[in-house]
Amino acid sequence: MNIDKNIKTLIVKKPLKLDCGKTIKDFPIAYETYGSLNSKKDNAILVFHALTGDQFVTGVNPITKKDGWWSYAVGPNKAIDTNKYFVICSNVIGGCMGSFGPSHKDPDTQNIFGTNFPVITINDMVNAQYNLLDHFGINKLFSLTGGSMGGMQVLQFISNFPDKSKTVIPIATTSSHSAQNIAFNELGRQAITADNNWKDGNYSSNNINPGKGLAVARMAAHITYLSKKGLQEKFGRKLQEREDLKFGFDADFQIESYLRYQGSVFVDRFDANSYLYITRAMDYFDLTNQFKGNLSNAFKNTKAKFFVISFTSDWLYPTQENKDIVIALNSIGADVGFVEIESDKGHDSFLLDVPDFLSALKNFLDKSYIEN
Amino acid sequence: MKNEFKVIADLIEKDKKVLDVGCADGTLMRFLKENKNINIRGLEISKEKVQECIAKGLTVIEGNAEKDLKQFPDKSFDYVVLSQTLQAFLNPELVLNELLRVGKKAIVTIPNFGYWKVRFHLLFKGTMPITKTLPEEWYNTPNLHMCTIKDFFYFVKSRNIKIFKSLALNNLNTSLINERNLSIKNLFADLGIFLIEK
Repeated sequence: MNIDKNIKTLIVKKPLKLDCGKTIKDFPIAYETYGSLNSKKDNAILVFHALTGDQFVTGVNPITKKDGWWSYAVGPNKAIDTNKYFVICSNVIGGCMGSFGPSHKDPDTQNIFGTNFPVITINDMVNAQYNLLDHFGINKLFSLTGGSMGGMQVLQFISNFPDKSKTVIPIATTSSHSAQNIAFNELGRQAITADNNWKDGNYSSNNINPGKGLAVARMAAHITYLSKKGLQEKFGRKLQEREDLKFGFDADFQIESYLRYQGSVFVDRFDANSYLYITRAMDYFDLTNQFKGNLSNAFKNTKAKFFVISFTSDWLYPTQENKDIVIALNSIGADVGFVEIESDKGHDSFLLDVPDFLSALKNFLDKSYIEN
Repeated sequence: MKNEFKVIADLIEKDKKVLDVGCADGTLMRFLKENKNINIRGLEISKEKVQECIAKGLTVIEGNAEKDLKQFPDKSFDYVVLSQTLQAFLNPELVLNELLRVGKKAIVTIPNFGYWKVRFHLLFKGTMPITKTLPEEWYNTPNLHMCTIKDFFYFVKSRNIKIFKSLALNNLNTSLINERNLSIKNLFADLGIFLIEK
């Protein structure tokens, strides 16, 4: 991976006090933009990526050479139409696509941070990204959106900066990470730290990589992004390039081969320590608790128009958790719409070609923009 | 737009906050928003209809009135509208109470089972009535609790719900209902519209 080339970076000079108590300054935020900012600067949409995403929302990702993670939704004439809107996305701090993260050198010691990197939170991520508004001279965004962990950032951002966006679109997300989701994340972290190559997070200085652990983490997580029905329809009990069972532990089934492939390609593009840090940030996310048990208070200062979207087959961030956000907003009379999209593609639905989802997103944005 | 919606719209003053329960494709919502500057929200159970509302730029929540009205605070809307749906709920009384809790006032319309064509149909054909306002067969109708204008009139009275205005609709004709003409209106109106408060 060549991280330095093709990456736009904003160096944040202003000190940022993290939730863990430490303060960071002069740190990089890697970002990408699509479309152009109009003269009134009222067409900007800040997109937040999920756990393993990055700033390369659409088009070809110059680092991985694959399509951007939200290519179905973002681009010219797409749901988030880059002919109309100026889309900004940045790599979260703690990440590994150029933003300040555990693979960076500690300026004090010149050693790679590894697990000496401060533990970051969703709150820290959005506070860091807020600097992009100043950088582009944007007083108020037209919209904030993102799915999964991106949705958590959406909620935290509007709570921290209530007058900084006209519309807010949290997708397939939650206001408080559930025990089940913490459990899955812990499984991933244990897989990484159990890999002998992890070396307490100091693998980089040893020129090794806990690839096996990271691949297992990805495989386990990947299952949670799909639905039982979707898996059954796509793979069933189909065998992988063989006529019959081999009575061994090679990948007999297509689903095994598929998961192994997903694990192996992930290792090439993602840093194991970043995986630990970002999953931790998700686990710590509890907006309800930040507001002493009353989620409504997180939104009481905003006049933004909300549109919450969930998916029928998403069991990781199920409809009820999305509805809890809607309920909190309704109980303070906020302007909120909600739709549950029918899809058997599980949590990943928001990343895929799900026409009802994409048309709802497009209609909401375009109609809200006209009223703007 | 159907006459029923025009009558409902006439009952609502400009610049109010209104919740349309069972807002369907948002026809009434759009009219109220564009013509009366109403701050309008909708609640709709059908995913398809919700999508149609979003395409019109309307704020709609996908949900079921029997379960999802409880998230709205007391008297958080000036008006709550329920058009021809009360009879389709498992527990109409519960929904009616919720409408009156959430709204300062409620506008409820009911297809009138006392309408003469309905009575004639049952009397002479001996089969379940099918009319313009009751188009489905007995086996596929969503209606569980049909009532007449008279039934509803007496029901709200018995629950100490105040009737501000009650209107009888027959095609394009609208007339006031009162205790004296109730039996006549119950025979000649196919739809009853009630503006109520508790």
